[in-house]
Amino acid sequence: MSKTSSRDVVIEGLTRRFGENTVLHDLDLVLEPGSFTALLGRSGSGKTTLLRTLAGLDPAPADARLTLPAAVAAAFQEPRLLPWKKVWQNVAIGLPAAGAQERAERALAEVGLSHRREAWPATLSGGEAQRAALARALVREPQLLLLDEPFAALDALTRIRMHALVLDLWRAHNPTTLIVTHDVDEAILLADRVVVLDQGRIAADIAVEMPRPRSHGEPAFATLRRRLLSELGVEDDVLRHAA
Amino acid sequence: MPDTHAISLPKQSLSLPRARQALAGRAMPDLRKLRRFLSPVVLVLLWQAASSLGLISPRTLASPATVILSGWELLLSGELPHHLMVSLSRVVTGLAIGLALGTGFALVAGLSRLGEEVVDAPLQMLRTLPFLALVPLFILWFGIGETPKIALVALGTTFPIYLTLFAGIRGVDPKLVEAGKMFGLDRRGLVRHVILPGALPSALVGLRYALGTAWLSLVIAEQINATSGIGFLINDARDFLRTDIIVVGLVVYALLGLGADALVRALERRALAWRPNLLKG
Repeated sequence: MSKTSSRDVVIEGLTRRFGENTVLHDLDLVLEPGSFTALLGRSGSGKTTLLRTLAGLDPAPADARLTLPAAVAAAFQEPRLLPWKKVWQNVAIGLPAAGAQERAERALAEVGLSHRREAWPATLSGGEAQRAALARALVREPQLLLLDEPFAALDALTRIRMHALVLDLWRAHNPTTLIVTHDVDEAILLADRVVVLDQGRIAADIAVEMPRPRSHGEPAFATLRRRLLSELGVEDDVLRHAA
Repeated sequence: MPDTHAISLPKQSLSLPRARQALAGRAMPDLRKLRRFLSPVVLVLLWQAASSLGLISPRTLASPATVILSGWELLLSGELPHHLMVSLSRVVTGLAIGLALGTGFALVAGLSRLGEEVVDAPLQMLRTLPFLALVPLFILWFGIGETPKIALVALGTTFPIYLTLFAGIRGVDPKLVEAGKMFGLDRRGLVRHVILPGALPSALVGLRYALGTAWLSLVIAEQINATSGIGFLINDARDFLRTDIIVVGLVVYALLGLGADALVRALERRALAWRPNLLKG
């Protein structure tokens, strides 16, 4: 794996096996600097494995060629805040001590959580905790921001607000962003590009050309939604049944 | 009659400044708290009555009044403070050694696989031995001075600290460790910011347990050839059939235990202020 000063994210020939089970099959993927990509897939499709490899949480296999920027940060489905550190200390964790608090507080202000900077994580709501987790990723000024189903556990109204926040932050800082999700609507609402992963291979790679802000009501939204669902193996007749 | 009694109590408690701020519903728990003290007081009164009526001979058990009087005299003569300080210093020294040993072993075993293999097995084996059974050996090894007494306290407190801190370190959520690594903590930073704070709740339970064991060890240790300390006071009193002084000694042991427990609880409230159940309370 090479870390470069450039913002390129290039994955070539990435294969991950757990015992007999091949989770990622010789995967190639290039992310444009500053782009917003959604990685869509059913559970077990290998999307989380890919994200963990990019985050450096799982070691990359020796035969894979990965080019990643130096500054990578992630937010997970569970906020993973340290319960014994106040919100701002959680954001500042791992930063050089000089100026850490100031930087943390600036990041908290950006996610709209200044009023909770002295709070214990256990007292935060789900949405607040996820905002703190975003601030903790953001404060590192990442060139590659990885989001692993960060809104899956939030209620629908909070999720809508978080979507808007993520887009605002992405526009302001413009990191290359990769969000892993199983929510088709979320992928279409947020991303420029949706990559569908199926059994460790890229099954579809679709550019989303709708202008933002996007809404569920647009015909283009519905068309794309149907296409993505079909890629995921959910056909029209199933949808009609569900309705 | 019982009814008027029950009604008059909440009125009294409402006149207290703290209770005045509380809602009317708070009067009930206050009453219940008072009721909790009622039965011990009644028991002591019954004990006093039985002693005064000659039903309990002073040789069996001195009356509460005599106990209080003897306690007061021992306090004024400086005898009680002297023995108390000796006992306290034994416990504090033994506990400090036990804490250092238990913490050291737990860190070695908890933070490395090799450490676990080397340290855990022998400690788990030693743990199953009732440590008080080592008293004869300790007398042979350390004689009858201060050393065996402090060693016994140290031994008794090492295990609870070791076991709880080790379990606490191993019980830290691996997802938090992973997040810590992801956000740039090195090994030392992980231990300091993630692993030790995560193990602290468990370790404090161990500390509380260790304090209990420390007093128990002290009681046993002070039965062996002590020439000072609360245990000596009690043994000496036994030879002169002074049940009043024996009871004074027992009360002092109990108060010391209570005080130690309160100390750890205060420590917990401070160090574990982040815990959700403490936040609500």
